[in-house]
Amino acid sequence: MIGFRTLLHKELLRFWKVSFQTVAAPVLTALLYLLVFSHALEDHVRVYTDVSYTAFLVPGLVMMSVLQNAFANSSSSLIQGKVGGGIVFVLLPPISYREFYLAYVLAAVVRGIVVGLGVLAVTLWFADLRLAAPLWIVVFSLLGGAVLGSLGVIAGIWADKFDQIAAFQNFIIMPLTFLSGVFYSIHSLPPFWQEVSRFNPVFYLIDGFRHGFFGVSDVSPWMSLSVACACLLVLAVATLALLRSGYKLRA
Amino acid sequence: MPPAIRVSQVVKRYGALTALDGVDLEIAQGEFFGLLGPNGAGKTTLISALAGLVRADAGTLSVMGHDVVSDYRAARRLLGVVPQELVFDPFFTVRETLRFQSGYFGIRGNEAWIEEILEALDLKGKADVNMRRLSGGMKRRVLVGQALVHRPPVIVLDEPTAGVDVELRQSLWAFIRRLNRDGHTIVLTTHYLEEAESLCSRIAMLKQGRVIALDSTANLLARFSGPTLAVRLPEGAVLPEELAAHGHPAEGGLVRFALSGWGEVETILAALRRSGVTPLDMELAKPDLEQVFMGMMQGAR
Repeated sequence: MIGFRTLLHKELLRFWKVSFQTVAAPVLTALLYLLVFSHALEDHVRVYTDVSYTAFLVPGLVMMSVLQNAFANSSSSLIQGKVGGGIVFVLLPPISYREFYLAYVLAAVVRGIVVGLGVLAVTLWFADLRLAAPLWIVVFSLLGGAVLGSLGVIAGIWADKFDQIAAFQNFIIMPLTFLSGVFYSIHSLPPFWQEVSRFNPVFYLIDGFRHGFFGVSDVSPWMSLSVACACLLVLAVATLALLRSGYKLRA
Repeated sequence: MPPAIRVSQVVKRYGALTALDGVDLEIAQGEFFGLLGPNGAGKTTLISALAGLVRADAGTLSVMGHDVVSDYRAARRLLGVVPQELVFDPFFTVRETLRFQSGYFGIRGNEAWIEEILEALDLKGKADVNMRRLSGGMKRRVLVGQALVHRPPVIVLDEPTAGVDVELRQSLWAFIRRLNRDGHTIVLTTHYLEEAESLCSRIAMLKQGRVIALDSTANLLARFSGPTLAVRLPEGAVLPEELAAHGHPAEGGLVRFALSGWGEVETILAALRRSGVTPLDMELAKPDLEQVFMGMMQGAR
């Protein structure tokens, strides 16, 4: 237990010590998105009848930040450790695979939520937000952070260099988050793309999260919850199997 | 009492390269053991397999009787490894680094021992300095400290003195010797053969993933090396007949005699005196590991 708690503490300090880059920077990015998109689209787009576009956009941006930063945290920690060699310090001790996985994912969730709260704090001023069902907000931010944190662990184990993490981020994580209804409701898409969006797990994370604010969503939050839980389960099992096999880390 | 380390029939391949080719090794508790071999002989791979950083393709390894795969938690708790590469976590200070390492091993409130380590490794003044700002030698000492935080009974050092200055090397060895006296088993790889010769009681030589020699340091020296006498003769002087077959010309105009014992020195000098040859210069050399090493590496080719 002490081993796990120490590893978690180390992972938290790791991003907190450089919080300007790991927290402040993504908050600023989200704020820029909000300013640009709400300025351009506020008067042209209305997704739900009684929700302004800016208000609609805020939860999307918050969740996008949670997801991207959760991924960034676990993946960058592992790849830095591998490239710099410091990973041996956590591979030599008697830390179990489960503890290892949990520590990295929990730290990723915390980083995601810290950034998410930061985004929420700076964007709140621009939009009237409701809190229709706050429990959903909590549940989906935790689940979303854990799903992307797990993906980050997988990417970190798999990659041998920083560019491979960047590729994973740019070609998988970015499209998944951008094409998931952060900036629009999938109901505004042509039927074909609506169908495609339903295969994107990130869509459910954002839709469920948004439900917590407005009490309305594109699909039922229970549906989103099931998809998110199923994704997390599959990723957790896969990551633990990778860790147990020693793939790349203990080749 | 289980051996500190048991390696049996360990094979590790990387594609076409066989890094370890059926290694067998047993190191008793309390030994100061040397693992020697040229670059690429498999020393680091063997240590990595022992530490669980690499999975062997075949064979088993255990630390104090605990298998490094099936019983990895116990095995890792009993083992301290100083890696060869100068690695460090750039986010933390020396003290934080040691505290974290303690915690990973499940130890909290380890301050007294951490202080002792900082003291012994002469890192006290740098305890609160970020790792990034340390010199190479200091980073190396922190690595040694990290391997010791959990007081492991078995300590493996993979070339701990590479790039470390002489003074520090001495104090590092004094510290490691003390640990050995306190009952820790020490396994060492080094490129400095004189270090291995003076420190290790037993030595294994590795070549191309195989153990080609395994014996006490004294036996290795006695078997494969011996004392020598080298003399420099004046220009034009000729060796007396009785010595001619015995002496081998060596570098610097020297003639070298391999001795079967120190008493032979007198026999050789007497023969020179009888023939009226006065040596200009003379040197006696004790058996050394370098000779053994070179001989083994060439012989086993």
